[in-house]
Amino acid sequence: MRLTYVVTPGDFANAGKISSSVKSLLKQLNIPPGDIKRIIVALYEAEVNMVAHSYGGEITCDIEAEQALVEALDVGPGIPDVGLAMTEGWSTATSEIRELGFGAGMGLPNIKKHTDELEIVSGKDSPTKISMKFYYRGGPS
Amino acid sequence: MIKMESAFHHTLVVRTELCQGCTHCMKRCPTEAIRIEGGKAHVNGERCIDCGQCMAVCPHNAIELEQSDLQHIFRYQRRVAIIPAMLFGQFEDKVGCDAIMNAIYAIGFTDVHIAEFGVDILKTLGGKISVYSDNNPVISSYCPAVVRLIQISFPALLGNVNLMRTPAQLAALFCRLELEESKIPSEEIGIFYITPCAAKYAQIKSPLSADEGIIQGGINLDSLYNLINAELTKSKRDQRSKEDYSSLPPITSHSMLWGLAKGESADMPGRTLAIDEIHNVIEFLEMLEEETTGNLDFLELRACDTGCTGGILATRNRFLATERLLHIAESLPKEIDVEIAKRILYQKDAMIRKLKGERIFAKHSMRLDNDVENAIRKMERVQSIVKSLPGIDCGLCGSPTCRALAEDIVKLQASIRQCVVLKLKRPDTPNSLGRIWGEKPPSQR
Repeated sequence: MRLTYVVTPGDFANAGKISSSVKSLLKQLNIPPGDIKRIIVALYEAEVNMVAHSYGGEITCDIEAEQALVEALDVGPGIPDVGLAMTEGWSTATSEIRELGFGAGMGLPNIKKHTDELEIVSGKDSPTKISMKFYYRGGPS
Repeated sequence: MIKMESAFHHTLVVRTELCQGCTHCMKRCPTEAIRIEGGKAHVNGERCIDCGQCMAVCPHNAIELEQSDLQHIFRYQRRVAIIPAMLFGQFEDKVGCDAIMNAIYAIGFTDVHIAEFGVDILKTLGGKISVYSDNNPVISSYCPAVVRLIQISFPALLGNVNLMRTPAQLAALFCRLELEESKIPSEEIGIFYITPCAAKYAQIKSPLSADEGIIQGGINLDSLYNLINAELTKSKRDQRSKEDYSSLPPITSHSMLWGLAKGESADMPGRTLAIDEIHNVIEFLEMLEEETTGNLDFLELRACDTGCTGGILATRNRFLATERLLHIAESLPKEIDVEIAKRILYQKDAMIRKLKGERIFAKHSMRLDNDVENAIRKMERVQSIVKSLPGIDCGLCGSPTCRALAEDIVKLQASIRQCVVLKLKRPDTPNSLGRIWGEKPPSQR
């Protein structure tokens, strides 16, 4: 099944609502709790990234019986150096964003930690597409 | 009367002769366990957590607790009452603690312990509160309604629950060990827990309960309250004007307050948080599950507002009851009496072996289907049905929300024909609801 959500840039007050609603839904599907946790932690990071850094975009989740694919696609401004963005602690977040408790530079590294397959397509002045794949492993955590 | 059947033992009973099918309970239930069928409330035992919200909100007094075990106490030579500290808060200041204690003995109990004395036992045994949980933050297992909520709705957090036995169980265990030590035959010892709520009564009655063998029965607080008052009237003890705390069973001031909101968390090290009232607890557990709660070490979660003084069987205003408990606690000793501590340490070996309760497991009653593929298909259907429903959650269909109706339809437990609003909007009938709800259901606007 496919779920689609629109992300509004700069709306920190509502960041996390998407991962919350995906979580409630996954819990009703008998997907192992540990896998739900991985999915929503990664999804939350992607959601916050998009709120903090992008001009807005969409998150789609394809939930299947053995795996889940989450794609976050924004309309720019893009990540000039994806490799650098993957470094723990590296962030372009403004001091304003950091004051809100975001922008610690853990977003992408955290996503990587929780996904089984991660693909990031971006570039300067281009849209960013983050594809996260999760294979259910079972078990509680 | 309708009784629930399920793996959990439940104590809440719908009195069909009083139930009007009014939907109040259904809309308040935190786990969507209630449906209206045939004009009466039906509780799904697989989802009910015995929080008692339905009983509290029912305008017709149609939900009650099953009868307690008061008639069974005289089967035993030694009749022990384990009373929650909040019992003392149920009376006004003019009824002294000594009068309450005398009344409990007059009713027929031979021994009385305060449930929260179990906290003093723990502290004496180990110098601190034992914690048996796999993950941080540790979630208190003090409130059985919260534990059941986690089993049903938050299975990912089961590893955070402290498996330590509750203070009431420890007080009961200590009392039993001491009585056996004094050569009272085990089968002649009847230990009864006076319960302030449905959840604790249900916990005692569950076949797999940790209390099995330790506690022989439960007595509803309101029944005991009535008996105490009858005794007080007989003895005119309520004329006393002075509080006498020396008549209280052993308890320290800190432990006396454990059942109150912030009572347990105040005793725990590290960064702690206390949350009371079931909907607040749910809101917080949602966040905890998403790991957005920060660095907390310990969580005290209580289903009832203000903690156990807000128990469904409490007879007095919860704020007044809380205030009296705080007042009593001010005069109680800070440290446990040396002689009592010796008695506790004498039972150390036997007690320490039993501090940990049994592991708890997830109950999967919120799932659409046990097979993921089927569940996904059902979820797709739920989402398409929800789109055609009015979205006003009126409850007239017998399900608490439009979404719950959609889920019931997919599970073949309801029909879309139950939607009263859709029925009234049929094109061939005049739209009598248009003035109120508009011409289109909210989802199609």
